[in-house]
Amino acid sequence: MSRLKTLSRRGFLIGTTVVGGAVVFGSYLVARPHDNPLADDVTDRQATFNPWVKIGPEGITLITPHADLGQGTTHMQAILLAEEMDLELDQFTTEFGEPAAAYYNRGFAAEGAAVMAALTPLEAATVRGPMGAALKVAGIQGTGGSTAAADSFEKLRQAGASARETLKLAASGRAGIAVDQLTTERGAVVLPDGTRLAYTDLAAEAGALEPVQDVPLRPSADWRLVGQPTERLDILDKSTGRTVYGIDLVAEGMVHATVVTNPRRGEMLGYDAAAALDMPGVEGVVEVTNGLAVLADSTWRAFKAARAITFNWGPAPYHTEQADHWAEVAASFTDDRLNATWRDDGDAGAAGGDDIIEAEYRAPYVAHQPLEPLNALVTVTDEAVEIATGHQLPRFVQSIAAGITGHDPDQVRFDNQYAGGSFGHRLEFEHIKRACEIANQRRGTPIKLTYTREEDFAQDFPRHIAMARGRGAVAQGEVRALDLQIAGAPVFASQGSRLGAAAGGPDNQLGAGAYSAPYALPDFRVRGYAVPNLAPVSSWRSVGASVGGFFLETFLDELIHAAGADPVAERLRLIDDPVARDVLSAAAEMAGWGRDPGPNRGLGVALVRSFGVDVAEIAEVEQTEQGLKIHKVWAVADPGPVIDPVNIENHIQGGVVWGMGHAMSCEITYADGMAQQSNYHQHAGMRLRQTPEIAVRVLQNRARIAGIGEPPVPPAPPALANAIFAATGTRLREMPFNKSVTFA
Amino acid sequence: MKITVNGTEHDVTAEADTPLLWVLRDELGLMGTKYGCGIAQCGACTVHLDGFAARACQQPIGSLEGADVVTIEGLAGDGDTLHPVQQAWVETQVAQCGYCQSGQIMQAASLLADDPAPSDATIDATMSGNLCRCGTNVRIRQAIRLAADKMGA
Repeated sequence: MSRLKTLSRRGFLIGTTVVGGAVVFGSYLVARPHDNPLADDVTDRQATFNPWVKIGPEGITLITPHADLGQGTTHMQAILLAEEMDLELDQFTTEFGEPAAAYYNRGFAAEGAAVMAALTPLEAATVRGPMGAALKVAGIQGTGGSTAAADSFEKLRQAGASARETLKLAASGRAGIAVDQLTTERGAVVLPDGTRLAYTDLAAEAGALEPVQDVPLRPSADWRLVGQPTERLDILDKSTGRTVYGIDLVAEGMVHATVVTNPRRGEMLGYDAAAALDMPGVEGVVEVTNGLAVLADSTWRAFKAARAITFNWGPAPYHTEQADHWAEVAASFTDDRLNATWRDDGDAGAAGGDDIIEAEYRAPYVAHQPLEPLNALVTVTDEAVEIATGHQLPRFVQSIAAGITGHDPDQVRFDNQYAGGSFGHRLEFEHIKRACEIANQRRGTPIKLTYTREEDFAQDFPRHIAMARGRGAVAQGEVRALDLQIAGAPVFASQGSRLGAAAGGPDNQLGAGAYSAPYALPDFRVRGYAVPNLAPVSSWRSVGASVGGFFLETFLDELIHAAGADPVAERLRLIDDPVARDVLSAAAEMAGWGRDPGPNRGLGVALVRSFGVDVAEIAEVEQTEQGLKIHKVWAVADPGPVIDPVNIENHIQGGVVWGMGHAMSCEITYADGMAQQSNYHQHAGMRLRQTPEIAVRVLQNRARIAGIGEPPVPPAPPALANAIFAATGTRLREMPFNKSVTFA
Repeated sequence: MKITVNGTEHDVTAEADTPLLWVLRDELGLMGTKYGCGIAQCGACTVHLDGFAARACQQPIGSLEGADVVTIEGLAGDGDTLHPVQQAWVETQVAQCGYCQSGQIMQAASLLADDPAPSDATIDATMSGNLCRCGTNVRIRQAIRLAADKMGA
């Protein structure tokens, strides 16, 4: 954390730009490139040209440092490297790489700039440079904010090209043939007479050379892998049960542990573990922050013993009852809680007259709850700390662990693992901290911490709660003014506080998904209000846009209906950007917008720009005797150049399921300071029988590449709400929708 | 306590109330069967128990004397071959994080063993107890139809 504080103190703060959990501050000190972390380990028979490529006689290893949470980053990074290296997909292995400054994420900076770009191009231009530079200095190696593709797209192809050209130089030296006479294919340099020199055979010579830099990248027309349908590198193992996740790790002599911590997030005042300590296989209990860990010789015995402990929990440091959370939010539309005005076109406040429409919306707390429970395998010795689990911020894991055990961060080894989902959950550190606290009290013993699902629910920092108040004006069949106030828990301040960063400053997630809308409304204002005293919250797949998109697009739909206009035609009239216009037009064309869907059926549309990506979704629903049935969803996105078309389709489908499923039936509520939902029977998301057909089209008009993990989520709830209105006349202004309608 | 897992008989020592899930994972080292919820709400621990799909988190080992268990590791039988459901899963590229997919595949294989040409309604009903938080639902449905085609062909 010292690094973070240093940067903060120097005072180059650009908003509270925590992006996907990484704290980003302004710039200073941009000088040399970061050291190559692979260089320490290579022998004289191996070569490493940069932090992503390692070649030895035994084989080729590509380092894919972006965490793989299921979003396919391993494959994405590997094919970018393999493209320029002329490797086939079966000619290398991959590793996640160690925590290292060299793996800093440039995409965070681009995302920060893209968000800012919605305000003024000047600000964006100013920020893109300094923020990128700051990240490089801080060496933030992070995965989040749908930035992995943007970060990797040129960088990894350049790394692959550099490796290829250096191998050619080595071959040139060996064969005495000019480099421009050499070609490469299938992992080998090919001489003019057809002789193949395998990269693995050239490693020792290539490793002695200065890597060739600034190699021109191949044009997209020459790509073999990028942009083509390929089989994901992890798909076979994930279809045969062979993928090893953090929860599957075993170590010689390891002891199983589980934790029970205060479900009110306050202190542990007392406990009685006598019954637990008498149970078979239980090796002891140790105190951790706000709770207790049980150690046992198996996961089940630890779980069972944990249930036998009685606790005296201290009070919650926030409102204990859900009604008070809502009351605090409702009371926050005040000047002193105004966090920032994110958009202010024209004079939205001046709108008056008879055609004024007002409405209020709500979005609840929602849990992340990826299917793999939180876990970590940690061994602390006097000399080192070893941590293995899936995590999105490896270098923070290092520094946080070091802070607990008293080691230097360099003594902390972190082995990233395939994660069974995240959706923002693995940006947090509580499980890392608990595991380190336990292992530090049992030095020398590998500790395998596994959360029960119930503990995971209780300690999940949920998606922020928010309300919106919309006020708009229509005239002569058109929407003329839209004024949206959004009050909610400031996500980045909450996350940042757990990282030791100062809270405060504008939190762009309070307006995300709304202020970035590609609409040229003459009078258009979006203001964000930061609400105190709420439960701690975190980034949940698409973060602020997951509520901002719902607020804006359902309210706009109300205005359009009040104006008597068509929801697609009026949006197209308002759109001031050709990329967004094509996205919406394509969705309307796919869905056959304008047709009569038949009795009790309706179509609803939404268009949201988040993380710089326009996504339009149209849902068709039917009111049946059993309840509302979603028949089909059409989704169109334009993330720019496509690396992996199969994965993009899968993710857009998944984003629709995630966005709609939670909007239908999921919320976290608090009573007596505790989350009332403890497992999936109370918070499942969309089951298969509720799942519509989902047709996807991907456009590539956007000039710069962007990510696809999050942008499909925000339009899903408003598309569904607007479709339900079209089918039933019921306007849904609060998620989850099953509070007011029934789903089949 | 003797049970047969993937064709091999094992003597297990866990106490009677230990769920099969944890015997498989912690005692037998078969990590393909996953812990997701512990209360039969997610299906990540689905195995075949005497030929039927069952949630391993709900099967106390004490009730399984002599039982025949097949896990994801044993679904395809010996060697490197894949079960047709697994082939369909690979071809459809269903998985994202993949954590639920062992259970999905075991449930789907059981479904197709019972009903080689299931209707859409049957697929939806049978698979709704298996939760995919990544939302690969559409592809799961697609892969089951593909597997049914493969097995019927």
